[in-house]
Amino acid sequence: MSPLTSYLLLSAMIFSIGLAGALSRRNAILVLSGIELMLNAANLNFIAFWRYGPNPAALTGIMFTIFSISIAAAEAAVGLGIILAVYRHTRNTDLDQMNSMKG
Amino acid sequence: MTVTFLILAALTIIGASAAMGLRNLIHCVLALTLGFVGLAMLYLELGAQFVGFTQILVYVGAVAILSVFAIMMTRSAGPHAEPALSASWIIGLVVAGATFAVLAWAILSSGITAPATEAPDVSVKQIGDALMHSYAVPLEIMGLLLTAALIGAVIIAMPQEKTP
Amino acid sequence: MSWIVQNLWLIPALPIVAAGVIALAKRPQRKLAASLAIGSMVIGFVLSAVAFAHVLSLGHGDSRITEVANINWFQFGDQWVKLGVLLDPLTSVMLLMVTFVGTLIFIYSTGYMADDENFTRFFCFLALFAGGMLTVVVSNSLLLLFMGWEVMGLTSYLLIGFWFHKPSAAAAAKKAFIVTRIGDLGFFLGMAWLYAQTGTLLFYDCGAGCLEHSAVTAMLVHTTVFGLSVSSGIALLLFCGAAGKSGQVPLHVWLPDAMEGPTPVSALIHAATMVAAGVFLVARLYWIFAISPSAIDVAGITSVALQVVTWVGAITALYGSLVAVAQYDIKRILAYSTVSQLGYMMMGLGVGNGPSVGMFHLITHAFFKALLFLGAGSIIHGCGGEQDIRRMGALRGYMPITFKTYAAGMLALCGFPLFAGFWSKDAILHAAFDYDITRIPFYIGAFGALLTAFYMTRQLCYMFIGAKHRGAPGHHGVHDDHEAESLSHPHSPHESPATMTTPMLILAAFACLLGFIGTPAWEWFQNFLDGRPATFSFGALFEGKTALLMAGSSIIVFAGIGLGWMLYGRKPIESPDAPDALEVIQPHIFRVLENAFYIDALYAATIVRLNAALAHISAWFDRWVWNGVVQTISYLVLGTAYVDSFIDNCAVNAAFDEGCTTVSRGGRMLSALQAGRVQGYLRLLGLGFVVLVVILLWGTKR
Repeated sequence: MSPLTSYLLLSAMIFSIGLAGALSRRNAILVLSGIELMLNAANLNFIAFWRYGPNPAALTGIMFTIFSISIAAAEAAVGLGIILAVYRHTRNTDLDQMNSMKG
Repeated sequence: MTVTFLILAALTIIGASAAMGLRNLIHCVLALTLGFVGLAMLYLELGAQFVGFTQILVYVGAVAILSVFAIMMTRSAGPHAEPALSASWIIGLVVAGATFAVLAWAILSSGITAPATEAPDVSVKQIGDALMHSYAVPLEIMGLLLTAALIGAVIIAMPQEKTP
Repeated sequence: MSWIVQNLWLIPALPIVAAGVIALAKRPQRKLAASLAIGSMVIGFVLSAVAFAHVLSLGHGDSRITEVANINWFQFGDQWVKLGVLLDPLTSVMLLMVTFVGTLIFIYSTGYMADDENFTRFFCFLALFAGGMLTVVVSNSLLLLFMGWEVMGLTSYLLIGFWFHKPSAAAAAKKAFIVTRIGDLGFFLGMAWLYAQTGTLLFYDCGAGCLEHSAVTAMLVHTTVFGLSVSSGIALLLFCGAAGKSGQVPLHVWLPDAMEGPTPVSALIHAATMVAAGVFLVARLYWIFAISPSAIDVAGITSVALQVVTWVGAITALYGSLVAVAQYDIKRILAYSTVSQLGYMMMGLGVGNGPSVGMFHLITHAFFKALLFLGAGSIIHGCGGEQDIRRMGALRGYMPITFKTYAAGMLALCGFPLFAGFWSKDAILHAAFDYDITRIPFYIGAFGALLTAFYMTRQLCYMFIGAKHRGAPGHHGVHDDHEAESLSHPHSPHESPATMTTPMLILAAFACLLGFIGTPAWEWFQNFLDGRPATFSFGALFEGKTALLMAGSSIIVFAGIGLGWMLYGRKPIESPDAPDALEVIQPHIFRVLENAFYIDALYAATIVRLNAALAHISAWFDRWVWNGVVQTISYLVLGTAYVDSFIDNCAVNAAFDEGCTTVSRGGRMLSALQAGRVQGYLRLLGLGFVVLVVILLWGTKR
């Protein structure tokens, strides 16, 4: 299998691991970490495709990744800020107990 | 499928799994950092040096530390009796497993091949040029977004004043 | 159209309006009631005088005057039902008589009913009655006449039962109403037949009325059952009504019992006016009665209807005078006397050439019978409510004015020469003597005159002659609204107040003098009614037949008075319990006469029983059959309601409830999806993503 395929598989695996954590962990901060992992897996995808795709000179993959990293950082900051605010209200970070939107 | 690739891949996967599976949250964040480092090295392997170092700068240097701050501030680090996994966590695993299966199937059945090309030589100046010329608008928007995120995060996380 | 004919309707309308005002007045107001009633009658009298003068002024020729004023009432199919008023000689004399006598009796009533607490109610009814009677008199339409007829029946009922807490009075009122109703049934049938035959109920309508030539001859031509001409059939049916109202045998039974009412009522209604209405009806419709194949244009006395009228009248005259001989109650004697005189009037209508003979007696009878009743009322009032003549006596000394006026009335009734009754009764006997068919009515009439003189003398002797008053101490008569002092000591009779004696005096004058307008020497009255000019010829008095008849009737009167004097006047009656002189002579006949030939008992055993049985059957029918139908229907409805409610509860409700619970459960189940947990949503998202990708890939793979 070509290098690209292996990189893609790896990225898929990291994505799944991150998804598993986001869906299964109780703590909100860990869910956010899972999301960060997923974003990273996507970045890996971008770089892999830039390297093995046509026209690497256009630097598209690298640009995309730079922006993705920036946004991921901003999003992590805001998300953690929200978790802090929620923590101040409810005094815990347990996602299972934050079900006041229950229908 | 070189050896370097395998080692780095294993590192990353171990780091990611540990991040998602450990009980102590600090350990989780540290494992996450390991995962990030692994990824950065993979970027270097692929020839995107700027991105790799940016990854270390931003993710390891900022996001992970931020997570530690958050964990510290929410007192989630101490020993607690609450279970680590959410109720019905099996479903989460199943869904993630299904996702991986589907993605892997898609990748493997797509028949994508990589042309054997040399790694391109990318200089920071080229990246800077691209940022300033072709990607100027996204850059500015990026700046706005970061400003908004900054201000938003500050406001959200600010301690509320006790109104009389 | 002269003014008086245009406004003739005012004469009946004013008393009715007065009755209405009195009825609606808030508190019983005696002076208002009396003045309204008397005032309306006085105005009526004035208008009647104007009408009379008008008719007099027009009647110089030899044509019968009939002036009418008709109005359209309502449309019936494509015809108009019309009403109207009629002014002819007959109307004008009746109007004068009714209003004049009515006014006098109203004035009398203010004195007689002064102690009664229902004074205003009395005058309201009296005024209403006057309105009804005057309607009958002025009406040009048989329908309007019938309406007035019914009003009179109603007020008669109300007035007879005026003291309704007395059971006998209430029963008498009911009896009067029911018996006259039986007659009215015939009246109504006759009216309907007349309408069917001629298409109109107006009497005179410019040639189209039912009394006018074309209609009457048409009625003659058709024949009906038993070969009777239609005119006779209609006339006989209408005569049923007249017989009921005028107390002819066999419908006379209500008149004696009607004396339960106050005396002014007896005077006005049951002597002078209402009972005369039947006679008036026959007189009004005379041309329907009279027409027969042998006399089309002239008043024929040979028609079947008139023959029936004659015989019924003769039998009634005889019956009434026979029974009056054996009665002890003042008013009953006078009541049977009225029955007898009504028989005379009918007989007169039957045998006379035209209605004038009977009408003359009607007019004079009104005056002297009213006088007699007012006198009886005065005696009752003066004796403290006593009505039994055995308990009176020597009233001549106590009540002189009453005695003199009563004597005048009595002489007029008997037909004493030169008094009013003599001329009118003589006219009837004269016509009966000339009756072509048979002379039996004449003999019956003569015998009746003898009896009349006899029983009136008997009554006079019982009441006025004698040395001492036989009044029982402490007797509270029938008139129980009277002075209560008579409980401890014998009541001494006294003369009545001026409000009561003045009308009596006026009537007495008329009783003496009224007859002179119809003597054979100057037959003004008869000719006035027939529309011929009257001639005065003193010599007619001494014409053979006339003089013979006058002498004969005078002898009969003297004989009757003499007989009465012999039995009752020569030896004064000692005590109230002594048997009647006639009873001593002929006890069995006396018993029969006293019980009025047991006719009341006969009716009670037959018709009344039959009626009661029918009432029972009807009640049974009503309770079981009609009630059963209604109940069945109601049960059906109930059952339907139950079924409906059952369906509603079990089927509709259940279905609806089921649907609602299903929706609710579904909603609850769906809401379980929204646990409020973010991770749950994320899982779903992931699942959805997986499914989508699978679908995509599968699609492309194929």
